[in-house]
Formats: sequence, C-alpha cells, structure tokens
Amino acid sequence: MAGAEGDDSLYPIAVLIDELRNEDVQLRLNSIKKLSTIALALGVERTRTELLPFLTDTIYDEDEVLLALAEQLGSFTVLVGGPEFVHCLLPPLESLATVEETVVRDKAVESLRKISQEHSPVDLEVHFVPLVKRLASGDWFTSRTSACGLFGVCYPRVSIMTHTFESTLITAVMHFRTLCSDDTPMVRRAASSKLGEFAKVLELDYVKSDIIPLFTALASDEQDSVRLLAVEAGVSIAALLPQEDLEDLVMPTLRQAAEDKSWRVRYMVADKFSELQKAVGPEITKNDLVPAFQNLLKDCEAEVRTAAANKVKVFCESLPEDSRETIIMTHILPCVKELVSDTNQHVKSALASVIMGLSTILGKDNTVEHLLPLFLVQLKDEYPEVRLNIISNLDCVNEVIGIRQLSQSLLPAIVELAEDAKWRVRLAIIEYMPLLAGQLGVEFFDEKLNSLCMAWLIDHVYAIREAATCNLMKLVEKFGAEWAQNTIVPKVLGMANDSNYLHRMTTLFCINALSEVCGQEITTKHMLPVVLKMSTDQVANVRFNVARCLQKIGPVLDSSALQAEVKPVLEKLATDQDMDVKYFALEAISGMYLFNLPTYIFSETFSFSSILFFFFSFSLSP
Amino acid sequence: METPTKLPPSSPSSPTTGFSVPSAEKVDGFPRRSMRRARQRRSHSSSQFRYQSSQVELTPLPLLKDAPVAELHDLFCKKLQQCCVLFDFLDCVADLKGKEIKRAALNELVESVATSRGVLIEPLYPEAIKMISVNIFRTLPPSENPEFDPEEDEPALEASWPHLQLVYEFFLRFLESPDFQPSLAKRYVDQKFVLQLLELFDSEDPREREYLKTILHRVYGKLLGLRAYIRKQINNIFLRFIYETERFNGVAELLEILGSIINGFALPLKSEHKQFLVRVLIPLHTAKSLSIFHAQLAYCVVQFMEKDATVTEHIIRGLLRYWPKTCTQKEVMFLGEIEEILDVIEPSQFIRVQEPLFKQIAACISSPHFQVAERALYFWNNEYILSLIEENCQVILPLVFGTLYRVSKEHWNQTIISLIYNVLKTFMEMNSKLFDDLTSSYKVEKQNEIFRL
Repeated sequence: MAGAEGDDSLYPIAVLIDELRNEDVQLRLNSIKKLSTIALALGVERTRTELLPFLTDTIYDEDEVLLALAEQLGSFTVLVGGPEFVHCLLPPLESLATVEETVVRDKAVESLRKISQEHSPVDLEVHFVPLVKRLASGDWFTSRTSACGLFGVCYPRVSIMTHTFESTLITAVMHFRTLCSDDTPMVRRAASSKLGEFAKVLELDYVKSDIIPLFTALASDEQDSVRLLAVEAGVSIAALLPQEDLEDLVMPTLRQAAEDKSWRVRYMVADKFSELQKAVGPEITKNDLVPAFQNLLKDCEAEVRTAAANKVKVFCESLPEDSRETIIMTHILPCVKELVSDTNQHVKSALASVIMGLSTILGKDNTVEHLLPLFLVQLKDEYPEVRLNIISNLDCVNEVIGIRQLSQSLLPAIVELAEDAKWRVRLAIIEYMPLLAGQLGVEFFDEKLNSLCMAWLIDHVYAIREAATCNLMKLVEKFGAEWAQNTIVPKVLGMANDSNYLHRMTTLFCINALSEVCGQEITTKHMLPVVLKMSTDQVANVRFNVARCLQKIGPVLDSSALQAEVKPVLEKLATDQDMDVKYFALEAISGMYLFNLPTYIFSETFSFSSILFFFFSFSLSP
Repeated sequence: METPTKLPPSSPSSPTTGFSVPSAEKVDGFPRRSMRRARQRRSHSSSQFRYQSSQVELTPLPLLKDAPVAELHDLFCKKLQQCCVLFDFLDCVADLKGKEIKRAALNELVESVATSRGVLIEPLYPEAIKMISVNIFRTLPPSENPEFDPEEDEPALEASWPHLQLVYEFFLRFLESPDFQPSLAKRYVDQKFVLQLLELFDSEDPREREYLKTILHRVYGKLLGLRAYIRKQINNIFLRFIYETERFNGVAELLEILGSIINGFALPLKSEHKQFLVRVLIPLHTAKSLSIFHAQLAYCVVQFMEKDATVTEHIIRGLLRYWPKTCTQKEVMFLGEIEEILDVIEPSQFIRVQEPLFKQIAACISSPHFQVAERALYFWNNEYILSLIEENCQVILPLVFGTLYRVSKEHWNQTIISLIYNVLKTFMEMNSKLFDDLTSSYKVEKQNEIFRL
C-alpha cells in the first residue's frame, strides 16, 4: 500500500498502519479512534478500496481496539461515499460480529443495525440479507448469536415491490426457526430475546403460523435462561395479536410461565406484569392475570414477591374501571396485607414504595378503613427503608384523606428515623422534611418537628449538618421570612457562641443558605453582626469561613453596610497570619468588587496585593 | 477410545481437592477473611418444597436386612418410593418423625447398595433414578447475597443436606456397585438427566459440588454414550460463564473432571478438543474469579500440552493475549501457569514462542509490584527453564537485558535487586561475550539518550 507515486496523501494511512501495528494498545486504540479523520483524508474511494480491506484483515486485535472499530464503522456511511456504497462496511462488521467477546459483538451488531437503515431496499436484499444468512449459519455460536439481532431490522425494509420478497421472508423465518432450536443455549437465548422484535416486523399471518410455535418452544426450553427471555417475547407477541386469538395462541404458554418451576422465570413474569396486562387487555386480565398476580405476590421466593410487590399500584391502576374496586378489595388487598408482614425486607420495602398509591384508586373510605392500618404497620417496620418509603410517598395519601389521620403515628416514625444510627437514613429523612412540613402545616411543625431540624445542625456527620442547613432554607421558602425570624434565626445565631468550632461554622453555613430567602433586613440586622463578630474567632477555619460567608451574603446587603462594616473586617482578615484566611478574604474582596464597582475602584486603602489579585481573577472570569 | 483416568482419590465424605492451595491466595500476606465481619452460615431453602401440596405421613417399613429374600426387592422398591417424599428443612421442627424415617430408609438403601450383591435388578433402575431426580433436581434458590464472593463470603448451605447427602451417597454407591449395568442405566440416566445434574454444579454448597463432581465423573466413565454430550454441555456452561454471567459456582469442580477427561483423550487430538482448548479453556483465564479455579485450569492446560505438544503455541500466545493488565494477583497466577507450562515444554516448541514470551517476562520483571517481579525472576531458579534459556541465549538475553539492567538500578525492593544480580550473573556465565557486547551497547544508548536531551 506504500505510495508508489510518492503521493503525500498516502502519509495518513501510512501513519495509521504504523500505529495500528504498534505494540502499545493505547496507540492502536488512538489510531482507531482517529479513523474517520484518516478516511476523510483518504477520500471516499480510497477508503473503500484500501482502508476497509486493510481493516477487515486486521481483525485479531485486543478487544478494546475492536470495540472502538465496531463503533466507528457504524457512522462511516458518509466516509465511504453515502448510502450508495454503505455495503462496503459489511465485511469488517461481519468479522467483528463473530468475535468472542460479547461487548465487541454487540457493538458490531448495533452498528450493523444502524447501517442497515442506510441501505436501499435493493442493496439490503443483495448485500445485507446474504450477510444475515451467512451469520445465521456460521460454525461458531458467536456468529449465530449476532445473526439473531439482525432479523428485526433488515426484513421490514426489503422492498415489498421485489418479486422475491415472499421467498426472502420465508427463508428468513426458516433461518430464525433454526436459530430458535440451536444446539447451544447461547444462541437460543439470543433468539429468544429477539423473537418479539422479529415478530413485530412480520405480517400477522406469519406471526400466527410461524412465530407462535417458536415462542411456545422457547418458553418450554430445558434451560430457564432461555425460558425467561421468552416471557418478554410473549408480551410483545400478545400485543400484536387480536383479542380473539390471545386465548388460544399465547395464554397457555404465559400461564405456564407464571407457574414455572424456576423462580427466575416467575420473576421475569412479575417484572413484565404491567406490560403483559396492557398487551392482553381487560378481559384476560380479569380472568387470568388477577389469579396469576396473586400467586406471584405469594411466591415462595422473595425475589419474585419483590418484583410483584413493585407492580401492585400500576397493576391496580390499570384494572378495568368497572370491576377495579371489587378486584382490589377481594383479591389483591388480602395478599398485600400479608406482604406487609413479610419476612423479607426487600419485599416490604418494595411494597412500601407503592402501597400509598392505592389510596387514590380506592378513595377515602376504603383508605381509612383498609389501607391506613397497613400504612401504620409499615411506619413501625423494623427496617428503616420501609418506613422511609412510606414517608416519601405521603403526598398520595394527603390528597385523599389528609395527613392528619396519620400524623399521630407519623411522628414517632419520623423521630425514630431522625435519630437512626445510620447517617444515610437520617439524611434521607431530612430530604423529606420540607415535603412533610408543607403537608403537616406550620403549627404541627413548630410543635413537633422544629426541634429535630435544629438537632440535625449539630449532628456529628458533616453530610447531615450540610443537609440540615439546606433543609432550613427550604423550610423558610415554605413558611416565610417572618417565621424564620421568630423560630430558627435566633437558634442558629445562638450557635455562634458554641464552644465547638464545628457548630460555630454551622452557623455560618446556615447564614450562607438563609440570607437570600430571609431578605436584606433580617440579614443586615440580625445575621451580619454575628458574622462580623466571628471574624475574631481563634480558629482559622471559622475565620476564613467568615470571609466566604461575607462574600456569599454580600449581594443581599445594602452598600452602606458593605462599606462601613464588611469592608474593614475583610481587610483585616486579608492581613491574617493564616494563609487560607488571607486567601479567602482577598477572594471575597475581589468578589465584592464586582458587584459594587464604583465605591472600590479608587479606594486607596486597597492593598497592592489585593489589586493584583483582583486583576488576576478579573482576567480569568469570562 | 478415550478413557478418563481416575480422579485424584477423593472420597466425598472427606473432601480433598487434590490440589495444593495456590500461592496466589496468600498474595498480600493479609488474612483476608478476618478483615470482614465473619458472615454467619446461613441455610438455603430450596424452591422445590413448595410443589408438594399435601404432606404424606410416612410409616416405618421393616428393615431390609430382616426381609426374606423373596420380598427384598419389593421392600427396596417401597423404600425408594418412600424416599421420594420431600420435607421442609427450613422449619427444623416440622415433621421430625417423617424426616427420621426417611433418613433411616436412605441409610439402609446406601448400606444395601454398597454391601450386598444382587440387589440391583432391572425394575429397580427407574425407581432409583426417580428417587434421585425427585430429591436432587431443583431450581437453586436465589443467592441471598447478590454480591456473593466465593473467596470472601461463607457459602449458603443447603438446608436439606441431612437427606440430600444420603441421596447423593446412594447415587454414588449405585453407580459404583459391581452390579451396576450401564446398558440398563442409560435408559434413565439420559441427556436431560445429565443436563439437570450439570446445572446443580452452580450450588453454593461446596459439599454438594464435591459429590456432584465424583458422581459426574463416574457417569462419564460408565455411560459412554453421554460423553460427547457432557463435554458439550460443560462447554456451554463455561462459555456462558465467560461471556454472559461471570457467575457459576462449580467451575473448579467441572475443570477437575475435565482434567482427568483430557488425560484420557485419544491421539491425535480431535479438532473438537482443540477448539475446546482454544475457545474455552484459554478464555477462561479472563474471568474475574480466576483465583478460585486457577489451579484446576492450569492443570487442564498442562494436560493438553502433555498430550500433544503442537498446541503449545496456541496456549502461550493465548495466555499472552489475555495477560492481566492491572490485576497483579492474576499476573502472579499467570506467571505460575507459564512456569508449569515451561516445565513440560518441548524445546522445539519453546523456540516458537520465546520472543513474545520473554518480552512479557521482561515486562513482569519491571513491574513495580515486587511479587510479580519476584515470580518472574524465580524462573531462573528452575533448572529446566534455565537450560532452555541457555540454549537460546542469543535470542533471549537481548530481549531481557535492557530491563534487567535498568531494574537492577531502579527497583525499590532489595530482594528484587539481589535476584536480578543473580540472573545477570547467570547470563554472564552463560555467554560472557554477548553479555559484554550488550552492556557496552546499552551504555552507548544511554549516553545517546542523555546527549539528545
């Protein structure tokens, strides 16, 4: 491939080939990633005649390099001269689709699917269809696995006009059938997972006559890994069939899947239950799915129960309206009641995350009578995650019965979570505080929860203190500045005199968060004096946080306060002996300068270094 | 005809792996397990139990040894049927009487099959296999610990082991009985049966896998018609493990069986077997959990080489291709395997792979992880390897010289430096002329480099 004519344009490909042969994987990888640049330099024709054959021949590299190559080729259409020539990309991708490494193969298939769209119907038939057939009859399982993913994309676009359409399709179905009964479970798994997609592109007659038997066979495969994938295919197929055919063609198989001896298959059924419900329609749902769902909720494996519990709300919501309430009350609710005291925490926690949603479906009276006791039990569950899930969904209940009904039980639950030994649990409950406060109202909050919120400020975990500060800000947004001034500001400011410097810093962090929502008056009158006073703290960390705080609240203050009070303090801090304090003070001064330009620009008291600093930061800011 | 050799003598009641603990397990010198909170041994329920709707009340049958000869087979059969009843072992006080009756019956069956002749008559085969199937074939329950790490975590033990063990013991005695007739058994121990048996190797319970290993080995040995099928299904399990799930608890046990199967392969090797080596065994080295089955895997690989030296190049190049890039623990394992291979390599094969191989070894010597460097340098303590190096000194010394010289000056670890000095000394004695040439050209090169800077 060397430049016989001494052509300069050969240089890029020479470099590429050189780098592709380099011992260093990273270099080879880089060169593959620059492939489009090189193709561009070579032009479309030489890309087709030189680069692609070269690439096709070099496929024995590290998987990482091959992965990059497979990905690149997916967007190479323009570089080989547009849709007209896109089939040139097939040979290298075909080799990549037979590689052992799953990631590479999947990427090659993805690229093949992508470029299949760019083929004209005729090209598809002349180039792409034979490729699919070659892969489908490959020796090693990898190529057959890859073939499974291509049927769904290439056949719908083979032109219906061509006279061979019918026979093409028939052979396609035939090939797919062979794959479905392949010797190796790997290929059957691939076929099983693509069966639904393939069914979607076929005409209904083919689905009924050819796909259904395949589905039935895969769904009763000897390996559960194949059977479980057939469940999803079953859902897709059910969605395609007219109502009258469902009972005969898919329901027996799906029923059998819901009672499969392998929990993995049953899990899959539970996991796909909403889709299944949608696909089969209200009548079958009433007659078949309701009992199946009950069984899944009572399954012996916790994994299956968890998956089913997750679906309780969606399933109930989508029940046909005329019989919804009866079904829930007589069939679903009894199972739900049992799940509330399940032995497995994941089951209970899954249920807790959806159970509140039932109240909107069942209405006020049923909620009070039947659901409320369950909520209360879950609120007292031994696992914090269960309680948290209930609390995080309180809004659903609030709409239906109002939160008052719950508040008596809610409070102990919240208090307990608020004091949980695991800080992540405490963090989670803090995050729900603003929501709870909004629903419980200011009075209830002041009475019961305010002290909790203040206690978090002195938690020994920083993440909790941080979240608590943020929480205060959200509370003020809800309840207003006046409420803040009366209830929380005094307490926050009181902490400024705490002996623990971490608590003193928390005051500053709170002020950072609160100044804006509290407004200028409160900030200037109440907060600023405290901040300024803290500038003489013995702990350097407190002092530099004063500087940062002043910078933060500066925009809220009026300019006279800035001039008269803030400036001298910052200047003093700028001469602090601690490096960090100095740094943050200077940063605050320069920061302030930006929003209060006229008063500062000619200020003589400004130290030289701070001016330097100012220019420096100014030139950096966009 | 290929014949599997005997497995390392392993009586399932006293499990011995037949392999020494791979040194890699002690790699960092810390007792890993103690760093974690010791997990409590948990017991697993089996999904099977729920299928038994109504519990049958068992009544004790007369003892086999007291039975008149005429009724012996009938009674044996009844006992087998009795043992088809399953019990709930998660509820440890449920139906204690029934459990005891079944346990006693199983014990008697084991005893009878093991000691008395003429018990195994044709009509008993389907009953025996049915009893075994009903008891052992079950969907393994979901792992209670989704991130179960066989190296660190305690396995979940099968709750119904008190019965299950006896059923396995019975099966084993059945297969080993002098009365056992493969021609009768093959009607019942069929492909479907074997497939289910293989799936059980995923059990977390090591006691169960130990039994399965011995049993599968016996099945492979006695039922010739199933051999190809068994090999194919093991292939599938491995391929799925490598490319799909990365989870399967019984890889080590299956490899151990394969080790003895490979030993019995007929020569020349069939292409099916070579393909198994290249496309399954070598890629198995990429698994994250390699350390659990590396000893068995390396054994299989070496077995292949000893059978047919022409596969050597495939093996070495395959290992070099999958050489670990970041995991030093695995790198040490690879080096160990390479040494095992070099131990039995034919000199003519050695010449074919020496260049890429010693490039990799040089890279390992310059590893900042001293155990990797040390493991590589230990090669020079191996007399056979040393003789191979000596014969090919002209090729190998230039490949490693630069690295040795540089690392001898730079390595942080004193042991490594002294090991390198020994290696350099050995080379000097092997070929002092070449050594001197390389030393001077290395120095010139260094000078040039400095000059260029």
